[in-house]
Amino acid sequence: MIYEVTEEPLRAEPLEELVLHPGAGGVVTFTGVVRDNNRGRTTTALQYEAYKEMAEQEMAKLAAEAKQRWPEVRLAMRHRVGLLKIGEPAVIVAASAPHRGEAFDACEWVIDTLKERVPIWKKEYGEGGAVWLD
Amino acid sequence: MHITLRLFASYREAVGKSELPFEIDAGSTPRDVLVKLRELYPQTQRLSDRLAFAVNASYAPADTVLNEGDEVTLIPPVAGGWR
Repeated sequence: MIYEVTEEPLRAEPLEELVLHPGAGGVVTFTGVVRDNNRGRTTTALQYEAYKEMAEQEMAKLAAEAKQRWPEVRLAMRHRVGLLKIGEPAVIVAASAPHRGEAFDACEWVIDTLKERVPIWKKEYGEGGAVWLD
Repeated sequence: MHITLRLFASYREAVGKSELPFEIDAGSTPRDVLVKLRELYPQTQRLSDRLAFAVNASYAPADTVLNEGDEVTLIPPVAGGWR
């Protein structure tokens, strides 16, 4: 399984291929992309910075917790760092399961929890300058 | 004793370094390290004090007793955005 922070551009298909296996009836993939606005301001770019070792460990811990709750789910996730343009994928979570209910639930829980826990920060570039989001 | 403080995001920019060696007394905690950082680099006083701490790449309470060679990290709020 992959729980990775990378500078390379993200694609969903390699992660989906990793979690799919003959016993899986479906894969649910969430792709987070850079949006062109935030809190009423225009965004021109987002810079992501990570505490890489800890981020990857926290992602692995998340996956282990998810497997406690949804034992038949398989997960893979990648988060990108660096300066990203509008529309570029920043994070991808892929979850497979024998039945789609578990895949949807696990994927949703993983991305929601990842965003609270994983030490990755965003700096928003827009009109009037750049600011670290919190 | 000797520890390393890792800095990210707004803290890294304010201090101008991503890593700082620190000498601290035995029995010191991450909270003590933060106090010392703010004394040495006053520009960090205006930054968010909603911080979590990590010791050796795992979340740890602010009052964790540190050991020689530990790596302490300040974790400013991570930006998860709105659901």
